[in-house]
Amino acid sequence: MADRLGLLLRHALLLGGAAVMLAPFVLMLSISLKPPGEIFAPEFRLLPLQWAAVENYTAAFTKVPLLRFLLNGFIVTFCIFVAQAVTALPMAYALAKLRWRGRDTAFLLVLAALLVPPQVPAIPLYIALWQLDLLNTYAAIILPSTISVFGIFLMRQFFRTVPDDLIAAARMDGLGEFAIVWRIMLPTAAPALAAFGCLSFIWNWNEFFWPYIAVQDEHLMTPPLGIAFFSNAEAGTNWGALMAAATVTTAPLAIAFLLASRAFVRGVTMTGIK
Amino acid sequence: MASVDLIGIGKRFGAVDVLRDVTLRIADGEFLAILGPSGCGKSTLLRILAGLEGADRGEVRLGAERVDRLPPKARNLAMVFQSYALYPYMTVRQNIALPLEMRRLSALQRLPLLGRLLPGTQLRRRAIAEDVAAAAEPLQLTHLLDRRPAQLSGGQRQRVALARAMVRHPAAFLMDEPLSNLDARLRTEARAEIMALRQRLGATMLYVTHDQAEAMAMADRIAVMQGGRVLQLAPPQELYDEPASLEVARFVGSPPMNAIPARIGADGRIEAAGVSLPWRSGAAPGTPVTFGVRAEALVPAAQGLPARVERLERLGAEALLHCALPGSGAALVVRLDTAEAGAHPPGTTLRLMPARAVIFDAEGKRLPATRQQGAVTASSEPAYG
Repeated sequence: MADRLGLLLRHALLLGGAAVMLAPFVLMLSISLKPPGEIFAPEFRLLPLQWAAVENYTAAFTKVPLLRFLLNGFIVTFCIFVAQAVTALPMAYALAKLRWRGRDTAFLLVLAALLVPPQVPAIPLYIALWQLDLLNTYAAIILPSTISVFGIFLMRQFFRTVPDDLIAAARMDGLGEFAIVWRIMLPTAAPALAAFGCLSFIWNWNEFFWPYIAVQDEHLMTPPLGIAFFSNAEAGTNWGALMAAATVTTAPLAIAFLLASRAFVRGVTMTGIK
Repeated sequence: MASVDLIGIGKRFGAVDVLRDVTLRIADGEFLAILGPSGCGKSTLLRILAGLEGADRGEVRLGAERVDRLPPKARNLAMVFQSYALYPYMTVRQNIALPLEMRRLSALQRLPLLGRLLPGTQLRRRAIAEDVAAAAEPLQLTHLLDRRPAQLSGGQRQRVALARAMVRHPAAFLMDEPLSNLDARLRTEARAEIMALRQRLGATMLYVTHDQAEAMAMADRIAVMQGGRVLQLAPPQELYDEPASLEVARFVGSPPMNAIPARIGADGRIEAAGVSLPWRSGAAPGTPVTFGVRAEALVPAAQGLPARVERLERLGAEALLHCALPGSGAALVVRLDTAEAGAHPPGTTLRLMPARAVIFDAEGKRLPATRQQGAVTASSEPAYG
C-alpha cells in the first residue's frame, strides 16, 4: 500500500513538472491558432472558438521571410556542426588514446574552457571579425563556434571506452592516426556523435546573443533573430502570427530532440559489442 | 616469412623494470611460445616486436632488417589479440579486407564512391575480394562474410581474427593469448586450426600464453618468462624433463613438479624424508637441496619415500594421489592408473620410488646429478625436517 502511494506521489510530481515545462509551448501553440480578438479574451480556452490558424501561419510566412530565416538556421547549424566534428574528433582521440607530454594539462585547459561564458570573448571576436572584414556574413556567425570544447570533452569520454586493442589492430593493419580517427573511431562513436550533433543543433539554432551582434542584414538572420525582427516589424500587434512563426521555428528542435533520443537508445545497444 | 630477432630488449614503465635484457632468436618458420604468468612482460615483448610499444634498449630484427624505428604498418607483421579486436561496425568481409585495402589501394582509391571511378581500382578490389574469399574458405567463414562481429560466436570471432591476420601473408604472426576467451572444447578446436594454418603457410609464429598445456601442445620451442627475464628457452619435452630451475619446473607441467626438501648426505647421496636416495650430486655433504620429481615418475615400490595418502582425485583414465611426507609434511602428488590408485585409500601409507628426478640448489638453480645403481636405504642421519 505504501509502495503504491509512493508510486502515485512520484508520478504526480513528475506530471506536475512536465506540465510546467510544457505550458509555454502549449500556450504558444494555442495562441497561434486564435484570432486577435480571442487572445486577450478574459476566459482562457485551449482551442479557439473561431479558428485563425490559416491567417496566422500565412501572415508568418508572408510578412517576414520566415523560410529564409529557417534556411539560414539550417546553413549555420550544419556548418557549425561539421566544423565542430572535424576539430573535436581528432582532438578527442589525441586526448583519449595517444600518449604525449602535456596531455593532462591540455585536457585541464579543455575543462577550464568549459567554464568561460560565451559573452566573455564576444568583444575580441567582434574586433577580429571586423578586422578580417567578415562582419555581416555567414562566416561571422559560424567561425566563433567552430571549436566546441564541450564536443571535445564528450567525444574524449566516449573514446576512452573504446578498447586499446582495436586501435593496436588498426595500426597493425596499416592505418595511420588520421585514418584511425575517421575509419575506426568515427563509426564506433556514431551514436555519441549523433547525440552531440543534436545538442549542437539545438544550441546553435536557439543562439540569439552572437548572431544579433554579428549580422544586421535581414537575409542573413537566423530564426531567433527573425522572431525578434518580426515582433519589431509588427509592433507587437499580431500575436497570433508571431506565435505561429515561433511554432514553425521550434518544430525543427522538437524533431531534433526525437532523433536524439533514438540516437541515445542506439548508443546504449551498441555497448553490447565486444 | 622471415626470422625474428629480439636482442637485449629492455623496457621500464615508471619505476618497474618490465623487461630486462631479453634476447630471443626465432628461426624462419619456427613456432615459439612465450610462456609466463600474467605480468611477466610477455605481452609487452610482443607489442615491442609489433611496434606498438617502443623499447628503451635493444634491437628488433626481421630477417636481416633492423625494424625498431619503423611504425607497425611498415613491419609486415600480423597480430591476433585476446579480445580479437574486430572492427564492430564492419562486416566480416570488410574486417578481413581492410589490411589489404590499406596496402594495395592508394589513399584516393580508398575514397568512397570517387575511388571506384579511378583507373585500376575495380581490378584491385576484385583481387582483394578473391583473397578475402581464399582466406575465409579454410576457416569456414564463407557463409558468415556478411555478418557483423556482434552476430558471431566466440569461436567464429576468433577465426575471423585469424583470417584477418593471414590474409596479407605477413612475415610473422604474433598471437597474444588468442584462445583464452574460448571454452575448453573450442580451445582444442582452435588449437588444431592454428596448427593447420601454420602447416599450410609455413609461417613464423610467436605465441604468448600463460597456459602451459597450450604452449606444450603447439610450440617448437618455449621461452619461459618471469619477472621480465627469460628463464629458459627449450623445446617442450626438454623443458619438461630438464628444467633449468625450480621456477621453470613448477611452472611447466600439470600438476606441477613435486619439490621435496632434501640434503646431501655424508656419503654424497641425496637424503629426503629419512631415506637415502640413489642420486649423487657434486655439492658438499650437508648442503640443503630440493629433489624434484614429476608426479608420473613416482612409482609405488617395496622401498622408497614414505608417503601418507591424504586425498584421491580421480580423473578418469588416471588418478592423482595427494600425499604428505612424514616429518617435513611436504606435499607430494603421484599420478597412477585409476585401478592402481584404488589400492591406496586415504589414510594408508605407501613407499614411492622416483624413476627420474632433478636436483636444485637452495636458490632453485639446477645442480648436475647422476643416478646411481643401488637401492633406497635408511638414512644415516635422522629424518630430515
